[in-house]
Amino acid sequence: MTTTLPIDQMIDTKRGMISREIFVSPEFHREELDKLFTRAWLFVGHESQIPNPGDFFVSRMGEESVILCRDTHGAVHVFLNSCRHRGMKVCRYESGNTSLFVCPYHSWSYTTDGKLQGVPLYRVLYEGQLDRADWSLIETPRLHRYKGTVWASWDPDAPDFMTYLGDAVDHLDQVLDCRDGRPGGSEVIGIHKWILPANWKFAAENFLGDTYHNPSHRSVDIIGIGPSARAGAAGRRDNEYNKGQHIWVNYPAGHGVHSVWMPEDFDYQPSYAQYPIVDEYFRHCFYERKKRLGDKARIMPFTGNLFPNTSYHGRQPRGLCVWHPHSPTETEAWRFFMVDADAPAEVKDVLRRFYMRYSGPAGMTEQDDMENWLYATKASTGTIARRYPFNYQQSLATHARGDMLPGDVNVQISEQNARNYYDVYARYLKGDGWDSLLGNGDAVRQAAE
Amino acid sequence: MSDVLDKPVRGLAWFALKQEIEDFLYMEADLLDQRLFREWLDLLAEDLVYFMPIRRNVKFGQHAEKENTRQGEGISWFDEDKWTLGKRVEQILTGVHYAEEPLSRVTHMVSNVRLLDVTPSAENPAEITVGCRFLVYQNRVEYETNTFVGRRIDTLRRQGDSWLIARREMILEQNVLMAKNLSILF
Ligand code: FES
Ligand SMILES: [Fe+2]
Repeated sequence: MTTTLPIDQMIDTKRGMISREIFVSPEFHREELDKLFTRAWLFVGHESQIPNPGDFFVSRMGEESVILCRDTHGAVHVFLNSCRHRGMKVCRYESGNTSLFVCPYHSWSYTTDGKLQGVPLYRVLYEGQLDRADWSLIETPRLHRYKGTVWASWDPDAPDFMTYLGDAVDHLDQVLDCRDGRPGGSEVIGIHKWILPANWKFAAENFLGDTYHNPSHRSVDIIGIGPSARAGAAGRRDNEYNKGQHIWVNYPAGHGVHSVWMPEDFDYQPSYAQYPIVDEYFRHCFYERKKRLGDKARIMPFTGNLFPNTSYHGRQPRGLCVWHPHSPTETEAWRFFMVDADAPAEVKDVLRRFYMRYSGPAGMTEQDDMENWLYATKASTGTIARRYPFNYQQSLATHARGDMLPGDVNVQISEQNARNYYDVYARYLKGDGWDSLLGNGDAVRQAAE
Repeated sequence: MSDVLDKPVRGLAWFALKQEIEDFLYMEADLLDQRLFREWLDLLAEDLVYFMPIRRNVKFGQHAEKENTRQGEGISWFDEDKWTLGKRVEQILTGVHYAEEPLSRVTHMVSNVRLLDVTPSAENPAEITVGCRFLVYQNRVEYETNTFVGRRIDTLRRQGDSWLIARREMILEQNVLMAKNLSILF
């Protein structure tokens, strides 16, 4: 189905202008739910939340509640949390362990692999008509587990997740791998859920590489809340990336990251002052990681956003955030906080305390982000305001590119990641095929030019 | 609390103490509402624990075990100490903490005050556990309004003729936080 919205006029990344309509209008909200959230790969949860058969964790995909479940045989599923009879939520607990999801309304029950099992009075009322096999819980046709994280898509034709992720994988790995470079090994230690009266894309775009908003965090930078703040350090993080080249990288499928490319001879920067055990742990991990990863160890992460709505913080703090749209002007934010599962208890404790004072609605840093996203949304809803596009011209004429890594690497602060993101966003809204959504059309076009 | 149904016989000293504690809690609320943040910090013990769990939807029978996140483990809304609260105050006082600049208008209501534990005695109290309800109203900029309602359990420690707050547990009656921020002090 094609859209009637004048998308190309509203998203003009060549000139660096994007209409405010996409942030505030109910039409765009509906189109996003219809054409984007039904197709893109979305983050659902982490296997550390469902370690045992029968474990479940209720998550969201866009506007809808889903159940991430490990069935009694150990296979992982994602189901729409809605009964096939009249739609009642079959699970209203946040997590737990069960052998059956029993619908509270008329008591249909489903096994942990989604099959409809119990239908009260089946023989009398349904025999000969209702075939249970046709009425399983609705399951995502696509699911992929990557280093503990679970991703799903509603589009049976979606490319496999690793193709979708592309070269952004090197940066996501910085979140998911152990601090000493062993693959995977993270665990979720807690989740924030909160309601944010702002368009979800403000949050996604912020993590995509909006380093330009640094001044909005002046208050924490002045007072110091970082891991070494108790020893008197200013700033909101330790300066781990001294001498590194900051890079803003975007990928054809819409992902964007802000990472740092460290010099070849880079060395450990003392951090976590006042916590000798933690400093020692990270020092040890640093050298192990360098040994294990070689040149790839030069990638160090700040933030990123995997298209469309999964953001991450790579190190200080560390975790994944998902921005679920409720309406054009309201978002439900979920943040999953992560540590190495086998890190020493003292390390985990220092990290979780830092995460809490930095992140989310009670976090001293991110409160200021939330204030900005709320009032940017509110002040863009007016009739006059909507006539004037947002400016996305940063580093458009003055771009500076690098070639140290795959992807479109920018070596000065740039809105190129955002321009690319909205190019891809536009293709989803126009109903393009996967070739185009993966940016393959770009390569074809460029080759022809 | 398991002592909800206890009906011990209370003497005058107990009620006098309860009155004194209520006055202390109201005074404390006034300091916050009048934005006397530094003076408020002076009421906190050096070893303060300031804890607001995240509440979860759990199956009947699992509430004691699973409903609230735990102090000292994982992630809560707040699980912090006096140093961190001092930082929160310092941040507000920079004048560029935009989530509280301009400052919110806040009223702390405190009610249902009960002395839950007094040691060693009401006649000579050194440490008190006091339960109450809070209703905190926040209005900021023009239209943004939040109401935070819940139970609070405080441990107060006698200091001279006043009290220090040694522990504060705030049990907010929400699951998904319905406010964009917890930028105010409870
Ligand atoms: S809605 Fe679930 S059994 Fe009727
Ligand atoms: Fe920020």
